[in-house]
Amino acid sequence: MNARMKPAASAWQAVIGLEIHAQLSTASKLFSGASTAYGAEPNTQTALLDCAMPGTLPVPNREAVRKAIQFGLAIDATIAPQSVFARKNYFYPDLPKGYQISQYELPVVGAGRLRVRVDDGRVIEVEIQRAHLEEDAGKSVHDAFHAETGIDLNRAGTPLLEIVSAPVLHSAAEAVAYMRTVHTLVRWLGICDGNMQEGSFRCDCNVSVRRGSDAPLGTRTEIKNVNSFRFVEKAIEYEIERQIRALENGEAIVQETRLYDPARHQTRSMRSKESADDYRYFPDPDLPPLVIAAADIARERDALPELPQARRERYVAQLGLPEADADQLCADRATADYFEAVLAVLPGQAKLCANWVLGEVAASLNEAGIEIAAAPVSAAALAQLLARLREGSISGKIAKDVFAAMWAGEGSADAIIEARGLRQISDSGALAAAIAAVLAEHPSQVADYRGGNEKLLQFFVGQAMKRTRGQANPQQLNELLRRALAG
Amino acid sequence: MSLDHAAVRHIARLARLAVADDQLESLRSDLQRVLHLFDDLAAANVDNLVPLAHPHDQALSLRDDVVSEIDRSAELLALAAASQGGYYLVPKVIE
Repeated sequence: MNARMKPAASAWQAVIGLEIHAQLSTASKLFSGASTAYGAEPNTQTALLDCAMPGTLPVPNREAVRKAIQFGLAIDATIAPQSVFARKNYFYPDLPKGYQISQYELPVVGAGRLRVRVDDGRVIEVEIQRAHLEEDAGKSVHDAFHAETGIDLNRAGTPLLEIVSAPVLHSAAEAVAYMRTVHTLVRWLGICDGNMQEGSFRCDCNVSVRRGSDAPLGTRTEIKNVNSFRFVEKAIEYEIERQIRALENGEAIVQETRLYDPARHQTRSMRSKESADDYRYFPDPDLPPLVIAAADIARERDALPELPQARRERYVAQLGLPEADADQLCADRATADYFEAVLAVLPGQAKLCANWVLGEVAASLNEAGIEIAAAPVSAAALAQLLARLREGSISGKIAKDVFAAMWAGEGSADAIIEARGLRQISDSGALAAAIAAVLAEHPSQVADYRGGNEKLLQFFVGQAMKRTRGQANPQQLNELLRRALAG
Repeated sequence: MSLDHAAVRHIARLARLAVADDQLESLRSDLQRVLHLFDDLAAANVDNLVPLAHPHDQALSLRDDVVSEIDRSAELLALAAASQGGYYLVPKVIE
């Protein structure tokens, strides 16, 4: 929503809450021992339980519970000492039991909060109402069959953490910034791979509008299963505008579920919402309460890594990095860890290390289309190169060439510098000989310089560099040239 | 709480049951009697009680995150009314 484009809309306030579904990265499903691996042939990863065969009983996955606890601790939420799995009843073929096992009145993760930096520079604190464990449904394939729908239950039973924000977001930009922050956090914690193409991280957006921030909340619509940041932004923008237009035309907003159509940048009605009561939640009689001991919570708390927000602040306050650098380094944990491994070898050189990680390394990763974990130049290898640069053995320009060679697998920085004879010439005897030769070759320029044309210094620098194949230490060369020319 | 015919129709729809008009009144009165039982329950004083999620006083036992299942798709798909290309087939569910 752009206030400049729609002046009439300025009286309206959008109210947005997100329900983010993060697939927990476990090897097996939430309640069965079937694999959760992505991309298998249909229905090859289904236990009898996932197909709702009679006589089967669910047994929860310890790892999924641990990951939920880790998320709760990271958002400063209370972990429920006792939480309850409930049946959420609805009728759809991708859910053969006729209900989804979820959590309702007593979720494992209670209220927490997350600080979010919005693109315009504001920092907002977003209240998270709860996060609960639930199983995913199967996949329906509508296009591949003539008059039927195909059902693949491989995904049925995959563990999800549903993260429910309070309706405290007021623009598409805020919603996307919040979603990105959660995305960074779950990957940072290693509880979700965040792969949005594969559906590991997706979001339902609840959107309503009201006249001014004091008015009662308007009727909301829910946009289901949006799986990219851009689509979330577009879908919310469209929905806000649609609702304002409808209300200004005197129409009522119907509480309903809508789908986002990326091709048209529109949302359209999918079905009118069964109200919460219609899901007929009740405690699952197959599952006694989930009891989490204080000692288990304490153990997870101790094992929690330094969180992205804290690390970002440390980079700015203690390392003196610009905020933009800190932001980029902390966008994922592997990058931040790589940076710190380089910095460990070069203490006090945070800016130099950041420049290289965000510059040469990031550009090369981008070009190769790989993640930093797969980078052919390790943090230790980069640190060696930067150490040579720092001590003046090589120039910045040559360092970039050496880095390219390292990336291409030609060996360590030292090996490449040695093999190619790239070590910078700081030996004043060798430089003096080169300078003497240059001055002897260009007597008229020497005379001009001594006659007052000091701009010629650069000419001599260039000539001397050529003679030393670019390996002269530039500062030293300048210094020696001035002295020689002063005669 | 009292039920009308519209509520009975709604409940029938949620339960995917076809209910004829001439059945509505008898169903309504049956359901109404069930609801009266809940009124009796609702009248009980539960001020000092913790909600009970499960009748047994026991906690969940958890399992390790290990893949223990093998591919049984051939066996399972053979039980289905219809299947094709590894998928279970059901009547088209989207308009």
